[in-house]
Amino acid sequence: MKNKIIAKATAVALTVFVPGIAIAGGPVDDELIIDGDINMITRAAPPEGHPLDEVLSGWLYRTEETRMLETDTFENPGMLEVEDGAELWNTVDGSAGKSCASCHGDAEESMAGVGASFPKWDEASKRPINVELQIDKCRTEEMGAKAYKFDAPEQKALTAYVKNQSLGTPVAINLDEGDMRSWWEKGNEAYYTRTGQLNLSCASCHEQNNGNYIRADHLSQGNVNGFPTYRLKQAALVSVHNRFRGCIRDTRAEYPAAFSDVLMALEVYVTWRGTGLSVETPAVRQ
Amino acid sequence: MDNIKPRVKVPKSASAGDIIQIKTLINHPMESGLRKGKDGNPIPRQIINKFTCEFNGKTVFSCDLEPAISANPYLEFSAKVTEPGTFKFIWMDDDGSVYETENKIAIK
Repeated sequence: MKNKIIAKATAVALTVFVPGIAIAGGPVDDELIIDGDINMITRAAPPEGHPLDEVLSGWLYRTEETRMLETDTFENPGMLEVEDGAELWNTVDGSAGKSCASCHGDAEESMAGVGASFPKWDEASKRPINVELQIDKCRTEEMGAKAYKFDAPEQKALTAYVKNQSLGTPVAINLDEGDMRSWWEKGNEAYYTRTGQLNLSCASCHEQNNGNYIRADHLSQGNVNGFPTYRLKQAALVSVHNRFRGCIRDTRAEYPAAFSDVLMALEVYVTWRGTGLSVETPAVRQ
Repeated sequence: MDNIKPRVKVPKSASAGDIIQIKTLINHPMESGLRKGKDGNPIPRQIINKFTCEFNGKTVFSCDLEPAISANPYLEFSAKVTEPGTFKFIWMDDDGSVYETENKIAIK
């Protein structure tokens, strides 16, 4: 009887350990093909100086159901907001009586591949500029319209629409322009700086522990090639600065303002870490 | 409700007797009625409560939707096509609105 109990206990211990290995949340071996037509790059060779052996899209870390949602643009819930963005593109706003289309024409042509090269150096403001800020720049300088408030539904929709025109294009930002390298350095430093009561840096989770679980969730490499991303949790698009702030908040730190110097530097650096991955906007994540 | 746009994906043609996949999506907040607003009062329920798909006037698929269903409900189902005709899709809103769209299908 006693032996039996011991045997049982061993079996229990084994079942605890074995599935622990089997269900580790590492990347899956799967290919992302959107609408049976666009072959997406979800694994890329890292750029020089990258700390990881392979650059992986967050798509590979998600469950099969979530991955499936992204393979069909009809099923992708983020496309509803991209459609809103298409409408905004053609909507006249501001005192100049212009829409985005007045200058840029058909976004499918004029914006093809553009989203893959942001953040870019902005000579006028002497700092990097992302798609959100470029839209605001156009609105205030060319259209005579107000800049969008951070995370206004219009800002997310239009950004997603612009980036969606680069669907499939590999992320490639130019660090040789202006002062981009020093912003990259600042971003690099921010990435490895521990913050908050939990004393975590970006690297603690996304570099050292990607593929492992954080509570019930898989940690990815934290690449931003799919932003604005549709998150099932929020049932809406989530911007990259919202995500940065969310992560920093989760370390129980005070989080910086959106588009502040530190977050722009972080966007430059984190975007670079995802070099070579296809733009997935709007990606679908949990 | 305004700004509700139904979307449907149906093959343009099929062979007689084929079973085809139909995908539908509608943008709708699906307010459950269980949430409270900033003033502390419950936000009134407003959901799509019924969906129907008809083929040449005959119902081929229909379902009731409940408050637990998320925003922008997506429904996918299959139907057997024996003749050319028109699929009609109808979504019923709690406020009495009806959203409709139609898709023709030909036989190869």
